[in-house]
Amino acid sequence: MSTYALLFDQSLCIGCGACEQACQSEHDQRPHKPDKLDHDSFTWVEDLGHDQYARHLCMSCENPTCVSVCPVGALEKNSLGPVTWDAKKCIGCRYCMMACPFEIPKYEWHEPNPRIRKCDMCVHRVTKGMPTACASICPTGATNFGTREAMLKEAHRRLKKYPERYTGEVYGEKEAGGTGVLMLLTKSPSESDLPDNVPQHDMPHLTWNVLEKLPQIIPVWGAFLGGMYWLGNRKNEVAAHEREELQERGHGDD
Amino acid sequence: MSGKNYRKGGTVMTERKLPKLHFWSSFFVLLMITLAVVLFKRYTQGIGAISNLNDSMPWGLWIGFDLLCGVALGAGGFTVTAVVYIFHLEDYKPMARPAVLTAFLGYLMVIAALLVDLGRPWNIWHPLVFWNPHSVMFEVGWCVMLYTTVLFLEFLPLVFERLGYNKQVHFMHKYLTPGLVIAGVLLSTMHQSSLGTLYVIVPEKLYPLWYSPILPILFFVSAITLGLAMTNVESFLSFRAFGKRLEAPLLRKIGAATAVMLMVYLVIRIEDLLVHGSLKYAFKFDMASWFFLAEIVIGGIVPMVLLFMKRIRRNPLALTGTQILVVLGIMFNRMNVAVTAFQLGTGSDYRPLWMEFVVSMGMIAIGVFLFSLAARYLPVFPEGPLTDAKPKDPFVELGKLR
Repeated sequence: MSTYALLFDQSLCIGCGACEQACQSEHDQRPHKPDKLDHDSFTWVEDLGHDQYARHLCMSCENPTCVSVCPVGALEKNSLGPVTWDAKKCIGCRYCMMACPFEIPKYEWHEPNPRIRKCDMCVHRVTKGMPTACASICPTGATNFGTREAMLKEAHRRLKKYPERYTGEVYGEKEAGGTGVLMLLTKSPSESDLPDNVPQHDMPHLTWNVLEKLPQIIPVWGAFLGGMYWLGNRKNEVAAHEREELQERGHGDD
Repeated sequence: MSGKNYRKGGTVMTERKLPKLHFWSSFFVLLMITLAVVLFKRYTQGIGAISNLNDSMPWGLWIGFDLLCGVALGAGGFTVTAVVYIFHLEDYKPMARPAVLTAFLGYLMVIAALLVDLGRPWNIWHPLVFWNPHSVMFEVGWCVMLYTTVLFLEFLPLVFERLGYNKQVHFMHKYLTPGLVIAGVLLSTMHQSSLGTLYVIVPEKLYPLWYSPILPILFFVSAITLGLAMTNVESFLSFRAFGKRLEAPLLRKIGAATAVMLMVYLVIRIEDLLVHGSLKYAFKFDMASWFFLAEIVIGGIVPMVLLFMKRIRRNPLALTGTQILVVLGIMFNRMNVAVTAFQLGTGSDYRPLWMEFVVSMGMIAIGVFLFSLAARYLPVFPEGPLTDAKPKDPFVELGKLR
């Protein structure tokens, strides 16, 4: 089964901020107008001027970088699509924040027991078969919820139908190997304040390429070191033995 | 040898206690009080209260200096033990104990610093039970834990010897040491390189002069280089601070080995930049370019050339000075990867808060304090007169001056 995904159509967004409010009440956060993503704001509708808006939220990557770097597996990719964080496991190393190509995970810098905070694609709703809060409230249909397959198909249908409206690519189709949030952009990613240098492949293999070689390198390296130890040891023993023999012979000659 | 009188040029020179002792001890006490206040703030109000770390700069001075530099500085431990116990260059044995002690204390300080930097330090043991073998951090965590244990076991004979448990010391040396040393080299190979691998996953966030898919190789080779250089620096410092014997001919050989390792490192580093077409950034003469050139030229090429010169290696002060340059150059590299390159690559705004420096300096101070305690009460340095050093040795002459 395909995972769930969100499709955001920039041409339909009127910047009303209903998704922000719905997100905040869904996650028991104080109601406020965000001016960036932070520990208290999981989504942010950015005013780009000229009646253009960009939505920022966790991209819910298909093969998430944060999940691969977390040393304790506190971040997990839910089989339905959301990427979730487990308070019981997290050690607070912040490697997820370092590694995320979209700079999504945020941190409670002023808490003695800080949490990693980010959009969880309303995992509690999605598991009940409901769409995310932001998608259900969106009055213009700018944010849609469905299986990734369906959302991707819809995105390409719109691209084909209104080629003059969009940049021509679906942002998130290939970024970081494909994300669970797909965006139809009227402005380029950099103009929409989205990272435009995200590699067009998934990231976890970059470090896995190194890590997977360790089981090959370490035994060989270990065997070499052990062998060198044995050789040197033997040389010393032989030398000691020869010294002894020499001494004995010396005595015999007397 | 303390309390002995040296006769030089007709006058009797009595060894005095270091005159700066009062300055340093009061500085130490002040630093510890400040550290305590800073830590209280840290554990009651969060990391944000004592640092300028933020969402766009989640890792800063502590990861760059305390973790990356700290672990790299501890490389002397595995380098020297490998030379002595695996490659059987037994001449270097007098250096093994100080190197193991430095590494052990260094790693303890790294872990102490992590307890400040980790958001939920009481969960630091979690990698033991919650596994994610795909995570470089998971591997680093395991290796640091295991290697600190190895260093503890390598350090234990010092305590046993002091307590007179000669049987146990003999047993450990005969049956445990070779295995421990090999395990130590393997674990160090893994985590020294893995500290570089940590950054392999952020190609788009690290400025091209410092990003490379072979960061693990660069980190490992430079760690060995740094380990060799640190052995010299440590010997010199112990000689200055504790009046210990200096193994001059050995330090010369270490100097030559450092030069070779540094050359290998620089060739890999520059070749790698060439292959990825990143060398052009070095000659833009902007801030990044100057930082890079300072790191490579002043902290790499210059000391390498100097170390290849016999004249430098034969002069104890010049040799140690050059080795300090090597140490600073590689530390600068770690700081550049962790802070400079990340900032340039992401445009993050970060300048360490003074309280961050208090934490880092506090860790160094505690480490030095523990080392001096160990040097005083444990058989860290080989005893004996300066007989096996050559009479005209400049190091010995220097020693006599003290």
